[in-house]
Amino acid sequence: MEALGWWGVPLAVLGGAIRGSTPFLFVSLGECLTEKSGRINLGLEGTLVMGAMSGYGVSYLTGWPWLGVLVAGMCGMLLGAVHASICARPRVNDIAVGIALMLFGLGLAFYLGKPFIQPKAPRLPAMQFGWWSDSPQVRAALEVNVLFLIGAVLAPALLWALYNTRWGLALRAVGDNADAARTMGYAVNRVRLLGTVAGGFLAGIGGSFLSLYYPGSWNEAISSGQGLMAVALVIFARWDPLLCLVAALLFGGAGALGPALQSVGITSGYYLFNAAPYVLTLLLMIATSSTQRTLRGAPSELSVTK
Amino acid sequence: MRLLGGDPRGAAEALTIPAGALAVSLTLFGIFVALAGANPLGVYETIYSGAFGSWFSWQNTLQRATPLMLTALCTALPARLGLVVIGAEGALIIGALATVAIAVVLPGVSPWIVIAAMMLAGMSAGGLWIALAGGLRYYRGVNETISSLLLNYIAIAVMNHAVGGPMRDPMVLHRPSSWHVGERNMVGLIPGMDVHWGLVFGVVACIVTYVLMQHTVFGFAASIVGGNVRAARMAGAPVGRLILVTCFIAGAAAGLAGATEIAAVHGRASTSLVVGYGYTGILVAFLARQNPLAVIPVAILFGGIDAAGGLLQRWHDLPDATVHVMRGIIFLVILASEPLYGRFRVFQQAVVAPSDGIVPTEAT
Repeated sequence: MEALGWWGVPLAVLGGAIRGSTPFLFVSLGECLTEKSGRINLGLEGTLVMGAMSGYGVSYLTGWPWLGVLVAGMCGMLLGAVHASICARPRVNDIAVGIALMLFGLGLAFYLGKPFIQPKAPRLPAMQFGWWSDSPQVRAALEVNVLFLIGAVLAPALLWALYNTRWGLALRAVGDNADAARTMGYAVNRVRLLGTVAGGFLAGIGGSFLSLYYPGSWNEAISSGQGLMAVALVIFARWDPLLCLVAALLFGGAGALGPALQSVGITSGYYLFNAAPYVLTLLLMIATSSTQRTLRGAPSELSVTK
Repeated sequence: MRLLGGDPRGAAEALTIPAGALAVSLTLFGIFVALAGANPLGVYETIYSGAFGSWFSWQNTLQRATPLMLTALCTALPARLGLVVIGAEGALIIGALATVAIAVVLPGVSPWIVIAAMMLAGMSAGGLWIALAGGLRYYRGVNETISSLLLNYIAIAVMNHAVGGPMRDPMVLHRPSSWHVGERNMVGLIPGMDVHWGLVFGVVACIVTYVLMQHTVFGFAASIVGGNVRAARMAGAPVGRLILVTCFIAGAAAGLAGATEIAAVHGRASTSLVVGYGYTGILVAFLARQNPLAVIPVAILFGGIDAAGGLLQRWHDLPDATVHVMRGIIFLVILASEPLYGRFRVFQQAVVAPSDGIVPTEAT
């Protein structure tokens, strides 16, 4: 960091934001789809860790990291299907089911992942956008992983799909007013099942990023709560996939601020920077919530916005 | 809502459905361990003996059930008002930090006073933490589920900051930890048992809050708010105060869990407090159907499953995460059994059929 001095800080934060935001991005896009259908899935933390474990395991056993990503997504779909089918029953609380699924997913991942803690699995590739520079810091900051690029394309694509396709209309209709959607002929529970399964798929992929790119190994402390925090992130992003991308970069960048400042000698307040996104989300909710109406952009069937 | 007392058929229902769900989960878990090559019957036997098989394992179970009872109350009490609070993890941590802080500013005082001050500090800090979520809900319309989730993460960051800097004990090297509250200030064991006094605090807290919620005007008013806020307001119930006080008591219970974890187990605050007691407590509350009295047996059941974890590894060569899988299956199956309530005719109160002045007959 000597060569660049203080300029190294924003550069390191940029690189860290891109790297740190990728799991946030995928989990929050998944959670966004699920919440748009009118249900909240707090179990994505379990999905994320299951994705990390299965992705790593498959990459190790077959030597194909991308197959690992796919399998991680499929594990997420299974967990999403469990959530949706339990929540489809009457009087079942989706928040409780989500937390149960989180603990179940964590337990299952630790159980099945025991043999994969030691071995080294092939990792996902990265794109070198810093080839033109001699500075190692610039190169490190512009080393962008492929999953982030996929996520960055997916975010506007999902936004477009939500408002311009039959599927998007069905999802929003079911999330905004289940009774009206039922009258229009939508099978509410089936649409929510698809929304939750698709959300689980994306969250599982987010998990595979953790084990196959950064930090790039499998252990029981792989997640630092990104799955659970995605719920806050989606609210921060006002249920807008494109804003999810912005919010994910912000959350990822806040996590990178501490280490970057540490490298230039500022060591105090390291953990408080980690808390910044959560404080910011809470302040944003305080500023925009009202006892008179629900949050703007919120699916009105969602239990946590009623 | 009632577990015991009242209608015997309702009580039978409240026992039969969870028991049936437990049997289903154990079967599923049996299939799971059979796939792993273990003998399901042997595994059941090990879990039983590890959890409830001897006086030794009972004590282990009760010790592990203690924080779960207290964190479960953090969800169960606000549920009466229709609030879903998931902030026990944060309230426990903040309570633990306050416990350490108060013990350190009271040097040379009699241990009894320090212990009382530690419990009060833990309860007040945890109480204020959750009351904040309740207040934001009432005054600003901020959803309490999300705010209490955010407060969990803020609490963890505050603790990491405190034990890594302002409250750090430089003598502890293996992980950043706060100062020790002092050996002489530690809460001891219940006489004749290898379980600390936290168990008594937990059981008493469950009984007291049960009485408060079930047999007082306060609890009655709270359940009206939970039923219909507008009706409660029209009936003159002080909705805001009910929310604040209930959330304070709920947070105080979780804060007390933090205080006892410090004063009876760890002695200092560190990341060893962040082991998910708060999240397991949420599910204990849901499985107890938000009844503070039912929290006690449910917490003991999950304390027992937790206690059996080590034995499975030793005797069946299964990973220690096996009990976490079992716990997850039980949670999911019991939650999925919720719609069964009221579905079985056997458990229904005999309904008196409308008759035309003739002798009332039981409905068929």
